[in-house]
Amino acid sequence: MQRITAMMAGIVAQVLVQPGETVEPGQEVVVLESMKMQIPVTTPVGGTVRTLHTSEGAFVNEGDLLLELAP
Amino acid sequence: MEEKLSAAEQLAAHIERIKRGGPPKYHEKAREQGKLHARERLRLLFAGEPEFEDGLLAECLNPELPADAVITAVGRVDGRLVAAVAADSTVKAGSWGAKSVEKVIRMQELAEHMQMPLIYLIDSAGARIPDQINLFPGRRHGGHIFYNQVRLSGVVPQITILFGPSPAGAAYVTAFADVAIMVEHNASAYLGSPRMAEMVIGEKVTLEYMGGARMHCTVSGLGDFLAANEEEAIALARAYLAYFPQHYTQRPPTASPVPPAPGRPLAEIVPAEQNVPFDMYELIMALVDEGSFLEVKKLFAPELITGLARLDGRAIGIVANQPKVKGGTLFSDSSDKGARFVALCSAFNIPLLFLADVPGFMIGSQVERTGIIRHGAKFIAAVSQATCPKISVIVRKCYGAGLYAMAGPAFGPDAVLALPTAQIAVMGPEAAVNAVYANQIAALPEAERAAFIAQKRAEYAADIDIFRLASELIVDAVIPFEHLRDELTRRFAAYETKVARFSERNNPVYPV
Repeated sequence: MQRITAMMAGIVAQVLVQPGETVEPGQEVVVLESMKMQIPVTTPVGGTVRTLHTSEGAFVNEGDLLLELAP
Repeated sequence: MEEKLSAAEQLAAHIERIKRGGPPKYHEKAREQGKLHARERLRLLFAGEPEFEDGLLAECLNPELPADAVITAVGRVDGRLVAAVAADSTVKAGSWGAKSVEKVIRMQELAEHMQMPLIYLIDSAGARIPDQINLFPGRRHGGHIFYNQVRLSGVVPQITILFGPSPAGAAYVTAFADVAIMVEHNASAYLGSPRMAEMVIGEKVTLEYMGGARMHCTVSGLGDFLAANEEEAIALARAYLAYFPQHYTQRPPTASPVPPAPGRPLAEIVPAEQNVPFDMYELIMALVDEGSFLEVKKLFAPELITGLARLDGRAIGIVANQPKVKGGTLFSDSSDKGARFVALCSAFNIPLLFLADVPGFMIGSQVERTGIIRHGAKFIAAVSQATCPKISVIVRKCYGAGLYAMAGPAFGPDAVLALPTAQIAVMGPEAAVNAVYANQIAALPEAERAAFIAQKRAEYAADIDIFRLASELIVDAVIPFEHLRDELTRRFAAYETKVARFSERNNPVYPV
């Protein structure tokens, strides 16, 4: 299972994918807001989204799990 | 009775034997791993034979120790002289004996006296443990190699290329040089091997995870360049050297001017909105001579871009925030990366160009507990101390101590230039208004808050408007997008004769 984690602390501004959805490598899956900037979070691999571990408005710390996908 | 060979014949026999290196089976094993012999590496580095070699006959009375496993030679790279130290891993796994250490020390002394760069080609099992009393603890033993590296740091360029292991003490050769080029899969560096880790601390770990080339280039930050193979690693060393002078008393060599690669104009690359990402690489490519950008520590802390380039043939060092990664925010690793690169350029008179689009240093418990204040201070101290020409270009926002790290006005830049999109402030409008008026906002009826906040943000924005800043001489000039390359070219030409000393003292008490 591929873990997509937050690279910095911030608020989850948008969750762009749903469980069951297919994603391509490099696709934006979450947008964080941090330091008043929009921070795109992309997946390094393609696959199917399995589980969301966060939701819009949640605070996440660096390293926190955002979602898991099956490559 | 056998006829005794003449001395000349003995010499010829020794030379022929020694130049072959170690036993054929080790050459075969190296080839299987995609490794060249040390003498082939030097031939690639010098595009031919070296000019001369010292200590070829070290340990020549012992047929198992040709050149005592290290080749110390002087050769030419693009016409300039360079001192090279190349481990021969076909001889006792490239391990260091007493004579190996002495040969390295003598080549360092040569580089110092003749004022030429040092290149260390590393591929060694480390010290020969049974001989350790003759090569580890003493005044002119292994430690003295590292002491000399530190003494020569910033005097002549020092480059390491890791073709294989760089274990224990030898790992420090990498750390004390200016840059490390590492060949993926073959190169590694570690203080203790996986076998030692299991025996001494009980950890079971793979070599790649603990000390592999890719790990060092992405996670630990020890590596500067990750090469796919040996030929690429050597080509990188040659390309890197072209930006540097032979010695710190000289200016870097120039190259023929080349226009930038065709691409979008700057005005299209930089968004007007401050909080959406854009690709700083695109801006860099629009400014520099086509093909001249050589990125350093590309895979490490990518929120800050550091690299060598040319403007109209003149070598420069670029330090640029990358808004696409973590919003361009500065973290501990990017601070270390910035500090290191700034020091490298200042050491060798390579002018620095800062391209700023930074919301500040990261905040929060995670970074505070890992020392972001002292890592950030390290970066700012390096910028302060840099005596090479420094130009800071405020591309978009530049907030808080980000302004300091990117060579803002108070830190000795020769010019602070702004693009029309520039915004400089202690913090952005949203954070500022929240900080100053939080109580007043909370005291207002909910329906009135939005209008109040908007008004206060507008007032604040007037203070960070670029024309207000120019009017106050906070910046030296505001440059139209399409004139930036030309402006920078003219300024760096004028700053070429800069002579500056920073401060007179024993040594700084440096942030670490």
